[in-house]
Amino acid sequence: MADTKQLYQEVILDHNRKPRNWGMLADATHRAEGHNPLCGDHLTLTLRLRDEAVDAVQFQGESCAICKASASMMTVAVSGKSRDDAERLVQEFRDLATGKLDAAGPHHLGRLTVFAGMRDLPTRVKCAILPWHTLHAALNEEASTTTEAEADPMHAPIIGGAG
Amino acid sequence: MIPSRTELKRVAPGGLDVERIRADFPILKLRVNGKPLVYLDNAASSQMPQPVLDRWIRYLTTQHSNIHRAVHYLSETATAEYEAARRKLAAFINAGDEREVIFTTGTTDAINLVAHGYGRKFVGAGDEIVLTTLEHHSNIVPWQMVAEEKDARIRVVPVNDRGELIFEEYLKLLGPRTRLVAVGHVSNALGTINPVREMIAAAHGQGIPVLVDGAQAAPHMQLDMRALDCDFYAFSGHKMFGPTGIGVLYGKSAWLEKMQPYKGGGDMILSVTFEKTVYNVIPGKFEAGTPPIAAAITLAAAADYVTGIGIEQIHAHETDLLDYATDQVNRLPGVRIVGTAEKKAAVLSFVVDGVHPHDVGTLLNEEGVAVRTGHHCAQPVMQRFGIPATSRASFAFYNTHAEVDALVAGIRKVQKVFR
Repeated sequence: MADTKQLYQEVILDHNRKPRNWGMLADATHRAEGHNPLCGDHLTLTLRLRDEAVDAVQFQGESCAICKASASMMTVAVSGKSRDDAERLVQEFRDLATGKLDAAGPHHLGRLTVFAGMRDLPTRVKCAILPWHTLHAALNEEASTTTEAEADPMHAPIIGGAG
Repeated sequence: MIPSRTELKRVAPGGLDVERIRADFPILKLRVNGKPLVYLDNAASSQMPQPVLDRWIRYLTTQHSNIHRAVHYLSETATAEYEAARRKLAAFINAGDEREVIFTTGTTDAINLVAHGYGRKFVGAGDEIVLTTLEHHSNIVPWQMVAEEKDARIRVVPVNDRGELIFEEYLKLLGPRTRLVAVGHVSNALGTINPVREMIAAAHGQGIPVLVDGAQAAPHMQLDMRALDCDFYAFSGHKMFGPTGIGVLYGKSAWLEKMQPYKGGGDMILSVTFEKTVYNVIPGKFEAGTPPIAAAITLAAAADYVTGIGIEQIHAHETDLLDYATDQVNRLPGVRIVGTAEKKAAVLSFVVDGVHPHDVGTLLNEEGVAVRTGHHCAQPVMQRFGIPATSRASFAFYNTHAEVDALVAGIRKVQKVFR
């Protein structure tokens, strides 16, 4: 059984209270909406790609703490990264949250491993993954994504990218 | 005889011996995350007591076969028990005629039956179906499907800031094009008890039939079809201490006889040739295929159990619980109750400032407290109150003041984590 006190640790609570890169880029080259119809989590992600690298990324929306902290930490993690490196993080984060990636093994997630406890909370996994799905959608010129149906992170493969 | 001091202590203000009742529910002894389970998600699904579970086992171990078929002992026994269950439920809801009780797989199935059997037959282009803001999605979507197919219109009764239907607005929506009113007896998201009796009388004044979604009323209040005079009434077994996969549609025989069947198959026919099929009479016409026999019989046992405790006793205990919980939660700074209707069933929807309901739910679960979080399949209600979701504690007769205290302590912990 998950220890949620471990999940709601200070780093996540801090990013929830003071989300980094909050807002909408006026000169975004890519943009996507992410929506979890089951709980109403919703976010808009804007990013500026320059020379195939993430030059800037911002998000805003309404969501639970897990989703907001995940989004905030994601924007920090992918800023300055190449498109391929960002896509690799998307894949690794999804594998971590769904229990397919061992946090002790090789990966590029750094502090994002605080989300490892999500694997024991199947009803909350989608909250953590939604921002990453939205980033993937934006990078692949999809206007919107959802956590349900074909895009359900519990089942669907990530098409394209570095997956 | 004067009860001893300890006996007095065990009896809650509602007059129920809650500890003795709790002993009937094996699942309430569970521990979750090392804490005693505090089950406050009864509006989603309630738990089953041992006598009801025993009925399920007894049927399957000594009485089971298919019904309305063979001439052998078990088939005759199963048929007799199934029809006895129908009679028992007819009495439970005070229906005038047991043929007006149709077994379905649940409330959703029952509403879809009426949407198909009545809606597709009697609703035409330009006609109107009146719903309310408080409806569960299962009393919205079937009607939208009918409206789309028939080019009809959905009209919606608004609610005030307390979560009560605005009766004058309802009256304005009734007119010559209204073909049906479909309204929930009790709101699952807010607990509001709607004035269905007055709504039915007003609709009937213009010859308009009314369907009542009673899913949230069945576990809490006396169901009386003859007093309500509704045309259709739908409810589910698993919300009234029975099993999943069974529900009831009550329908006035005058309507049921005119309606088209919902599903085709065995048992709903009198004769079949490739040229022409003659449908069965009611209720068989609406019960195609082998029904959930064990579940129907067990649901009747659940109705017996509820009757045995006494609906008045249940009402008194739950009213006391709701008053206590409302008072305790109102004392918490930064917590707001959503849905403050004057007449409410034992449902408490709330939001905690700065904390999303899903985070509330996950942290309460850590304390063993089970609540529902989300939009409760009632997104129009959430939109009306400008919130994405709520946390909802919903009570049954087996809940206690101590469990309300556990909920309140849990909310305090949530606030501490998110301080």
